[in-house]
Amino acid sequence: MADRDIALMAHLMRRAGFGATRDDLEAYVAKGYEATVEELLHPERQPDIDLDLMERYLPEYGNLGAIDFNQQAWVYRMINTKRQLQEKMSLFWSGVHCTGFAKVDHGRMMSVYLDLFRQHGLGNFKDLLIELSKHPTMVQYLDNVDNHKVNVNENYGRELLELFSMGVGMDGQINYTEDDVKACSRAFTGWNLHPAMPVFPYGRAVWRFRYDPTDHDNSEKTFLGQTGRWNGEDIVGIVMQQPATARFIARHLYNFFVADEPQVPAWKDTPPQDMNAIRTLEEAFTESKGEMRDVLSTLFNSDFFKNARFQKVKSPAEVVAGTMRLVKDHTEVKLGLWPIAMECKYMGQDLLNPPTVEGWHTGREWIDSGTLVERINFVADQVGDLSKPGVKLIVDRMSIGTSTMSPEAFVDGCLDLIGPVEVSQQSRRSLIEHAKSGGELRRATAAQRSSFAKRVAEMLQLIVATPEYQYA
Amino acid sequence: MASNGKDRVLVVLSLSGGNDGVNTVIPYSNPLYHDYRPTIGIPEDQVLRINDEVGFHPSMIELKQMFDEGKVAVFQGAGYPHPSLSHFRSMDIWHTCEPDKIAAEGWLGRAIKQIDPTTENVLTGVNIGRGLPRAFVMPGVPVASVGNLETYGVLTGVSGEAERMQALEVFSHMYAPAIGSGPVTDYLRETGTGALKGADILKEAPLKYSSNVEYGNFPIAWGMRDVAQVHLADLGVRILYSTSPYNAFDTHAKEAGDHARLWRQVSQTVSDFYQDLREHHRGEEVLLFMFSEFGRRAKDNGGGTDHGTGSVCFVIGDHVKGGLYGEYPSLKQDDLEDGNLRYKVDFRSVYTTMLEKWLGLDAKPIVGGTYETLSFL
Repeated sequence: MADRDIALMAHLMRRAGFGATRDDLEAYVAKGYEATVEELLHPERQPDIDLDLMERYLPEYGNLGAIDFNQQAWVYRMINTKRQLQEKMSLFWSGVHCTGFAKVDHGRMMSVYLDLFRQHGLGNFKDLLIELSKHPTMVQYLDNVDNHKVNVNENYGRELLELFSMGVGMDGQINYTEDDVKACSRAFTGWNLHPAMPVFPYGRAVWRFRYDPTDHDNSEKTFLGQTGRWNGEDIVGIVMQQPATARFIARHLYNFFVADEPQVPAWKDTPPQDMNAIRTLEEAFTESKGEMRDVLSTLFNSDFFKNARFQKVKSPAEVVAGTMRLVKDHTEVKLGLWPIAMECKYMGQDLLNPPTVEGWHTGREWIDSGTLVERINFVADQVGDLSKPGVKLIVDRMSIGTSTMSPEAFVDGCLDLIGPVEVSQQSRRSLIEHAKSGGELRRATAAQRSSFAKRVAEMLQLIVATPEYQYA
Repeated sequence: MASNGKDRVLVVLSLSGGNDGVNTVIPYSNPLYHDYRPTIGIPEDQVLRINDEVGFHPSMIELKQMFDEGKVAVFQGAGYPHPSLSHFRSMDIWHTCEPDKIAAEGWLGRAIKQIDPTTENVLTGVNIGRGLPRAFVMPGVPVASVGNLETYGVLTGVSGEAERMQALEVFSHMYAPAIGSGPVTDYLRETGTGALKGADILKEAPLKYSSNVEYGNFPIAWGMRDVAQVHLADLGVRILYSTSPYNAFDTHAKEAGDHARLWRQVSQTVSDFYQDLREHHRGEEVLLFMFSEFGRRAKDNGGGTDHGTGSVCFVIGDHVKGGLYGEYPSLKQDDLEDGNLRYKVDFRSVYTTMLEKWLGLDAKPIVGGTYETLSFL
């Protein structure tokens, strides 16, 4: 029953966005895979989320002071934006170029920080690095406000190299030295903020970047073997020339979009699981001089991507937003989104507040006994609810055809429509046994149809509880 | 081990939001107190006096009684160097013992690792509440996070008792170990089986529980009642955590009413909790630590107080050498730092004492350094 094109499209939408319902998948398949990839890569061709509507119905969206409103607003966008890849890239970048609310302590600045990725996330990586270096949220988070000509603070200079562009090392070699960190940090002196408005009486104002040339160390610096009176932009230019940068970004993209890699600290000494794939992405990065759109086009159209189904453990954001898109709930602004948005936190991903500047540990580390129970219970609660439009749609599709159905067809049908999802022989056998134990699956009378609907909902609950469903 | 043969247990209660220490342990005979708090100062004759200088907030009737029985250690001026006035950041600091850098591992997670290095018991640590506090975060350490003990379990969304039992049967089959599935799926299966086991074990707790004590009907009490139920169910749980509603103690405004109500609730609940345990002869092995992420400003703002430092924390239990510890931070203008009290007791020494003297653990790797062991245990 599983259609190859549908299965591939479902994979694309799970990875490049937050998933899609069967109806949407059929429409995308009709459009074609390459055309759909193009559409994803050009968010500007889709309407943006209607912020006015959000602000009108939920006034707190217009004054995002508390962090949880920012998280809620972001989950709303993940569920509803037509610019799915743009929003997915924001999630990607927020886990690489990290800032965290625990230190920033300014809700609105966290959403302003996300806007950076919406604007530049699919553009040129060099532009992104320069804008990141000027972004007030980042300037505060990594203490560049304390980075002065007469008193250098190395926090940003270090993380820029270690976590945001090149990484510590590659192929067993280190990529930069402590002297490079010092030079880099000196180059960013003076990259500071306007003095902040006092919080009272009008509340927190948006911070603004201010370059202070009198606070900038304009002396000669040697960075990665090149000497000059480097300023921040020059550093970024030199970083862009390094093969390590292409490698680091390629590997992050692979880890986020293709298959779970080991955690970043292991990358210096542990080679990528698919070196050919990484080289392909590196080439795309280098040839396009850092155009993320080009790299992603290569990635989504590659065989290594298409064949990487279910090679990633879903992140909590993907679980939550993906489930809401599947059951088609909160597709409009209404009350009740807050507890759903908070589920990401209970599942281990406190959006806009990663535990450290290194971001979240992904892949299998999303899972522990607490978070696994949260994930299973949350999704099962949603898909077991026959009042949800998306669940009804699945029941309707299951109800097409003859009025009886074998347990095997029943299970396979549910697996197909909820995903399509692939499960192990062991899981499939257990599900079929369970379907058998419920008696014949008939839909001739109204009473039988009602019972059938309940059994579909319950089967969906069991499917989302499988170990395999934790993968995307 | 306690004298009743039971393993010692640590219960942590977080008073979230920044409890106003100056209005909790009140320096009533200091004229500066009344000068600083024209709006929310507690009148001298209402204070529950401990000595000629300080006393408890009038709401803390039961806690005062327990204090008089010698069971309450009060730490005045609890804090740490370079204090943060941000809720999230300061709470993280109390959770991770790292004031100067951002850390991801928590002290309770590390403690559990020492207590149960091979995870013989998936329930060595239990958190009452949704989402795991960073105090418990430690790779490889499973901690059940129980939002509501009565309804905790796997696949709680399957309706119907019989249907749910069947669903859990299916679940256990799907998560049984299988050959050839790869390390991540193996791990998923192991974790799922462990979670099911933990949930199965935990669901016994409310069923086994019966008590004459009637707890209050508010969230602080519900949480501590769940803690009591889990402890009394004898599941080998060694560390339990509960919290007030998020930010409840953040009394920027309306402090007079809110703070009084909160301490009424805490005092009553702590008393009910210990009474409950005592009736089951299970009180002496339980140590209760109550803390808040920071204190509040020395002067009130006309209706409440703003974020501050140098708050109070409490350790309560039968084996505690009760009394006042630390030193009341000076209220003199020249001694304040930006209007805030200077801390006197580093919270890590309170942790160190509890970890070493109560739980018999090696505190240094847990709190990240050597801190003074205090004499309250």
